[in-house]
Amino acid sequence: MYSRTYKTIVSAPPLLWVGLFLLLPYALMLTHSFWLVREGSIVHQWNLQNYAKLFHNPVYVEVLFRTVRIAAGVTFLSLLLGYPLAYFMSFHAGVRKDLLYQLVIVPLWVSYLVRGYAWKTILGSDGVLNGFLQYLHITNAPVSFFLYSPFAVILMLTHIYTPFVFLPLYASLEHIPRNLIEASHDLGASPRATFFRVILPLSLPGLLAGATFAFVLTLGDFLAPLLVGGPSSVMIANIVQSLFGTAYDWPLGAAISVCILLLTVSLLFLTERLEKRWSFR
Amino acid sequence: MNSSISNSSPSPAAASSAQGKTLLEVRNVAKRFASREVLKNISLQIAPGEFLTLLGESGSGKTTLLRLIAGFEQPTSGEIWMSGARLDALPPYKRRVNTVFQHYALFPHLSVEDNVAYGLRVTGSPASEIPPRVDAALRMVKMQEQAAASPSRLSGGQQQRVALARALINRPQLLLLDEPLSALDANLRKQMQGELKSLQRELGITFLFVTHDQEEAMALSDRIALLKDGALEQVASPREIYARPATSYTAQFIGQTNLLRAEVREGIAICGSLRWPANAPNGAALFSLRPEAIRLAPESSLAPAAVRFRAQIQQQVFSGSVEHLEVDCAGQLLRVQIPARGLLSGEHDFVFDPADAISVGG
Repeated sequence: MYSRTYKTIVSAPPLLWVGLFLLLPYALMLTHSFWLVREGSIVHQWNLQNYAKLFHNPVYVEVLFRTVRIAAGVTFLSLLLGYPLAYFMSFHAGVRKDLLYQLVIVPLWVSYLVRGYAWKTILGSDGVLNGFLQYLHITNAPVSFFLYSPFAVILMLTHIYTPFVFLPLYASLEHIPRNLIEASHDLGASPRATFFRVILPLSLPGLLAGATFAFVLTLGDFLAPLLVGGPSSVMIANIVQSLFGTAYDWPLGAAISVCILLLTVSLLFLTERLEKRWSFR
Repeated sequence: MNSSISNSSPSPAAASSAQGKTLLEVRNVAKRFASREVLKNISLQIAPGEFLTLLGESGSGKTTLLRLIAGFEQPTSGEIWMSGARLDALPPYKRRVNTVFQHYALFPHLSVEDNVAYGLRVTGSPASEIPPRVDAALRMVKMQEQAAASPSRLSGGQQQRVALARALINRPQLLLLDEPLSALDANLRKQMQGELKSLQRELGITFLFVTHDQEEAMALSDRIALLKDGALEQVASPREIYARPATSYTAQFIGQTNLLRAEVREGIAICGSLRWPANAPNGAALFSLRPEAIRLAPESSLAPAAVRFRAQIQQQVFSGSVEHLEVDCAGQLLRVQIPARGLLSGEHDFVFDPADAISVGG
């Protein structure tokens, strides 16, 4: 057995790290959310004013709903792209499996910002897409709604998070024993019936994990709206950022953050419960 | 069953399959994976209601042949016919063949009854018909009490029963069993062997059973098809294959034997100091002589045809009803199995009937 001293020495750094950079900031955020700003400075006076403001000012609620809508869109599109890809690679890719897997992973090595700017050059007024459309004479003038719209945000985030959806899905599909699929065919189930009755139910834990990744990561994203979003696609994290920055209303920003945190944590709790229920090994 | 040897004509099952109609016919089937030839030109017929066992070591191609019949693999060449129709062109879900998988392959996300009902649901059976049929199938394998349980909560033997009920629910014409008992411990295995056999008799469904265990094959089968390196070595009833092995491989694989490398001259086989009349052409020949075909010579009168020889006892192993001896006859080591009779030592006289020395090729 390990000595008490050894255990203390080994566990101290991570505990210190979590305490200093996770628990302490959360505590600060929570306390700030119950303070208020008066004449440009934070007053340490306990109140619920920030939370009241949050729910009475329609802007915040609207932005929150927009954020959830965008996150749902990104989740849906990533699943729509990721599931067929994972399915194909797991069941039909044969010897090309490893190569394809690497190709899916490669974009993860490229900086988020680089990928964001790439979409800017593709979608912009004098971007690749508009140039191509005009070259084909499909459009006469640059189409402006490609860039600086919720559409652009969803597109960019779907591109970025599809690998995150793909990875757990692929892992769960790879873990399905192949003799179960043979057993299904053997009992008279067509490939279609086998998919809906065996493969899909057994891949639900991976599907849920991937969907959670895409949803939660999108919920907290603030760079995509800045890069390709424009004013029509401001998301909740942008509000938080501006409240902590130029607007200098830390208490309100903290209150919003607490709400997002609660939303995310309850979502994670729920999906973890569901994942446990749906995993059969 | 090992002790009952008969040199008689082919058994009833073998005879009936030769004359009666055929349920499944495998015609010149070969299977190749990349450059590896797994099955070489296999031809085999299975009669309705027959219990046929594909027996062979691992890598002999027995499972591949089963998978070709189930439809999980396609033959490289050759055809498979069932009830007068081409089977190998159909996808597995259109074949009236069901499989009991080696590791059961029960659906982990479905309860026992939903596993059993699966075959009925996916083939669109009327909803009213499903519960009574599932119930009957579970009753048949004595699993009705665990109907609502999850497969992961069942023991190996219970999972085996559920797999059997699930495979039989669609009333297949042919049931394929891929080493279904190999994951069970010895006692349970014996018990399941008995249940399988009586179930097969009751239902009258044709069983094609794959195993590497020759005792299991002997105990269950109407006929055994012995595979070696992707080719059929011999297809015959257990008694026939034991008493009349066609090759030295068969003789050694099915039960124990003494392989005697002899020289035949004018109808007399000579192997060391042993000689016996043999109905074989002149030249080198290999003979199989079962250990139980050799007996201690009686003191008094001796059947005129019997071959008598003197040998030194090298080893004696007692196993209840019989003694296993290893004797040395002028340098030729022989295995002998005799009824238990107490310790032996020194030299003794032994005899065997020359008809029991079976020529198994060169």
